[in-house]
Amino acid sequence: MSKVDQLKRVEVAALQDLSVGIGKRVNVSGEEIALFKQKGGTVSAIQNSCPHKGGPLSEGIVSGEHVFCPLHDWKINMKDGQVQAPDVGCVKKYEVEIVGEKVYIFVD
Amino acid sequence: MGYLQKKVKEIKERWTVTEKLVLIGNGMAGIRTVEEILKKDASRFQITVFGEEPHPNYNRIMLSSVLQGDSTVDDIVLNDYNWYEENHIELLTGDPIVKVDAEKQVVYSQNGLERSYDKLIFATGSNAFMLPLPGADKEGVIAFRNIKDCETMIETSKKHKKAVVIGGGLLGLEAARGLLNLNMEVDVIHIADFLMERQLDEQAGKMLKTELEAQGMRFHLKKNTKQILGKDRVQGIEFTDGTSLETDLVVMAVGIKPNIALAQEAGLTTERAIVVDDFMQTNVNQIYAVGECAQHRGIAYGLVAPLYEQGKVLAAHICSENESLEHGYQGSLVYTQLKVSGVNVFSAGHFQDSKETKAIRVHDEFEGIYKKVVVQDNKVVGAVLFGDTSDSTRLLSMMRNGDDISAMSKVALLPSESGEAQVSPVVAMADGDNVCDCNGISKGAICSAITENGLTTVEEVKQCTTAGRSCGGCKPLIADLLTLTTGEEVGNMPEPLCGCTEYTHEEVVAEIRELGLSHPREVMNVLGWESDEGCSKCRPAINYYLKMVDPIKNADDPTSRFINERAHANINHNGTFTVVPRMYGGVTDSGQLRKIADVADKYNVPLLKITGGQRIDLFGVEKEDLPNVWSDLGMRSGSAYAKALRTVKTCVGEQFCRFGTQDSIGLGVELEKKFEYINTPHKVKMAVSACPRNCAESGIKDFGVVGVDGGWELYVGGNGGVDLRGGDLFCKVKTKEEIIDTISAFMQYYRENARYLERTSHFVERVGLDQMKQVILEDEEGRKSLINRMEIALSTGKDPWKEIVENEELQKEFKKKQVEVLS
Ligand SMILES: Cc1cc2nc3c(=O)[nH]c(=O)nc-3n(C[C@H](O)[C@H](O)[C@H](O)COP(=O)(O)OP(=O)(O)OC[C@H]3O[C@@H](n4cnc5c(N)ncnc54)[C@H](O)[C@@H]3O)c2cc1C
Ligand code: SF4
Ligand code: FES
Repeated sequence: MSKVDQLKRVEVAALQDLSVGIGKRVNVSGEEIALFKQKGGTVSAIQNSCPHKGGPLSEGIVSGEHVFCPLHDWKINMKDGQVQAPDVGCVKKYEVEIVGEKVYIFVD
Repeated sequence: MGYLQKKVKEIKERWTVTEKLVLIGNGMAGIRTVEEILKKDASRFQITVFGEEPHPNYNRIMLSSVLQGDSTVDDIVLNDYNWYEENHIELLTGDPIVKVDAEKQVVYSQNGLERSYDKLIFATGSNAFMLPLPGADKEGVIAFRNIKDCETMIETSKKHKKAVVIGGGLLGLEAARGLLNLNMEVDVIHIADFLMERQLDEQAGKMLKTELEAQGMRFHLKKNTKQILGKDRVQGIEFTDGTSLETDLVVMAVGIKPNIALAQEAGLTTERAIVVDDFMQTNVNQIYAVGECAQHRGIAYGLVAPLYEQGKVLAAHICSENESLEHGYQGSLVYTQLKVSGVNVFSAGHFQDSKETKAIRVHDEFEGIYKKVVVQDNKVVGAVLFGDTSDSTRLLSMMRNGDDISAMSKVALLPSESGEAQVSPVVAMADGDNVCDCNGISKGAICSAITENGLTTVEEVKQCTTAGRSCGGCKPLIADLLTLTTGEEVGNMPEPLCGCTEYTHEEVVAEIRELGLSHPREVMNVLGWESDEGCSKCRPAINYYLKMVDPIKNADDPTSRFINERAHANINHNGTFTVVPRMYGGVTDSGQLRKIADVADKYNVPLLKITGGQRIDLFGVEKEDLPNVWSDLGMRSGSAYAKALRTVKTCVGEQFCRFGTQDSIGLGVELEKKFEYINTPHKVKMAVSACPRNCAESGIKDFGVVGVDGGWELYVGGNGGVDLRGGDLFCKVKTKEEIIDTISAFMQYYRENARYLERTSHFVERVGLDQMKQVILEDEEGRKSLINRMEIALSTGKDPWKEIVENEELQKEFKKKQVEVLS
């Protein structure tokens, strides 16, 4: 069985509720997740907690596929979850699927 | 192949094909060695690290700084847990190795784990040496070696008042300084007749004592402790001369003892420490030792720089197949610096006088400076510097290189005495000389990092090269190197706005004006930004400049604003927000207080606090509650989060005070009402006091007004924050109207000419007060047009809370979506 099959698909937002350049928080059964809509209409979903000291990434300044943590300005790539140099670390990222207007993510 | 099979194969490969390296001791020397190994060959070893302490590798040197309150335990972590994971290192903390079977090549941990190894490194460091005194096992008798000791001291200081430090050496004095900072009374007991006798000569030791006494330490020299008194907990100590002292805490800092018991049991040769050769190899095959637990050519070092050199050699050795290629470890020249604020002490090499040596001494009793340079066979072999340690780098470099000084004049050895403009010691350094000894980063390495990566600040150099990351003592040298390499004075050079562009702040503003740009994206496009979307530094700046240049036409771009200015509240460390309603001039009434109380109850506000700016903070509000909180309060936003006018603090003045000669509250309220919601390059604070007693602290505000008989004085550029600065008297006027006009013109000049995030204090220093007086006070036309432009900008200000409360669409950003996963 492939990995994705074991995950659950959850509807988290409607595409029109998201705006480019501003993150959105969703709480999925206790897990805080940040959603970011990109210019091309795709959506990234990452854990809403900065690996530095847990800052809420959904509140950060967005620059393309990066978000700057609002607490101490760490720069995080929302596509792969990697913290950018010189800081190190990563956040969990979630697979996203968009069907029509609906945004789904996969959680375990 | 299925996922699982693949994983199993991967794991098997890793454990069978690669060699296994086990490190005992998760401390500074051991982990540095691992870092060096990873740099050379990241896939060569399967690495396992055992550490006795329940922490990842941290910077032991900085414990002094944690104790002194300048850093937290989190700040001093050098390699966090992620680092181990990313480098596929198995880390077992809180689990010491208790047995090594060198024959079978297996180690055993206290928790019963076993790991076999191909190579084993001992990096077990030292233990603090505890004097075997009667009573030394009582509660409250501790050492100063690890995080736990630090925590114990901090805890103790909360309940107890008196502390004794045994040992007047480096560590003891740093502990004593920390305990003073924790508000304890501190007595230092020392056996010798002057302090730090292992690093200083008598003269410097005495000067140090005087200095530290002035800081509040009490010294008891030539004292021998006989026993520690008390029941379960220490209550006092008694000396061999019969005298005694009461105390609640005893910190022993009399020396360190290499931690070698495990090595001895494993059959390694030990003397004072584990004996190693030039490649850090012990007498047993495949076992190495590095750090404080190792003894090389008779010396066991107790400082980080030599240990890091050892780590480098060891890494090169075990990563190379061909031993004969390398150069082994040759021993190190050591030097020390005391990390106590306000005291500069430096000592290196052979600083004691002997028959073969001659010394140059400089002693300036007025300035409290003492310098001694010890010379043998025309070479500098040692030095002690007290009070002014600026010569240290140059002297060290002379010592390392063995420079012949016979041709130099004696004065040239200590040139800072000559009174001429000082040349930075980095100028004379060779490229190979270390600037940061802790991390072994050379001048050459730093210079190339600066040029290759276009670094402009000490912080950037630190991030990029790790220089300055340990004790921080080399930061002034790094700043000098920046100046030297970039040819510009650090701080004065025209800084590019950020890493995305070459344009300076001024150039960006000029282009916006000239080309009539109107949106951040347009600015970045037209000016060829390196990243299309900018970053968290340039976007807010550009957004500010656009609104400043044309407040009417240019729209605000919320995505370029920091969260505080989007949520109109201050973000807290846990993601909640702080709400501060406006209270003009710090004046409130029972109606407002009642509303605040009701809101606090309704939304379970965990903390209410009076701010420094005379109003009330409601801490810990959830983001989704913000619009409702504002609506229930029915008050205006206090802009406590904004780059804008924050507060106008006022004294009570003539309304009630018997000294007041002016209506300070009235003027304060008027100023606050006029300038609220105007955007400025950085926050702006004001104060109005009604007489020179200055109860509203007008001297440390961006604009501070002080009432005097028959008029008002205006102070500008004051700052009570990071860079404390008293304001400059700007002018003295008769009427309120003149004050308001002058502030208006000044603030507009600041808005137009300061760089984003430049406070008025820095702006005034950069531009110069005379220039500002010329424009704002003397040029009548200029003043009028500044005031006009300010009026236009003011016409666009509105209360953001009200806007959001009245507009459902705007409230959307505050909502949080809750989704339940059904299984
Ligand atoms: C307060 C303070 C201030 C200092 N200031 C300076 C300074 O300004 N400049 C300077 O150069 N040096 C300074 N030092 C000294 C410097 O910190 C040490 O020289 C350095 O940390 C030694 O590194 P190490 O790796 O050899 O030992 P450590 O850093 O002590 O690491 C050894 C680790 O091994 C662990 N360990 C021991 N036995 C076992 C076992 N059996 N199994 C598993 N783990 C084990 C220990 O718990 C410890 O964590 C200072 C030290 C202190 C305490
Ligand atoms: S500054 Fe002067 S007028 Fe104002 S409260 Fe203090 S003493 Fe009274
Ligand atoms: S919590 Fe994100 S940068 Fe500090």
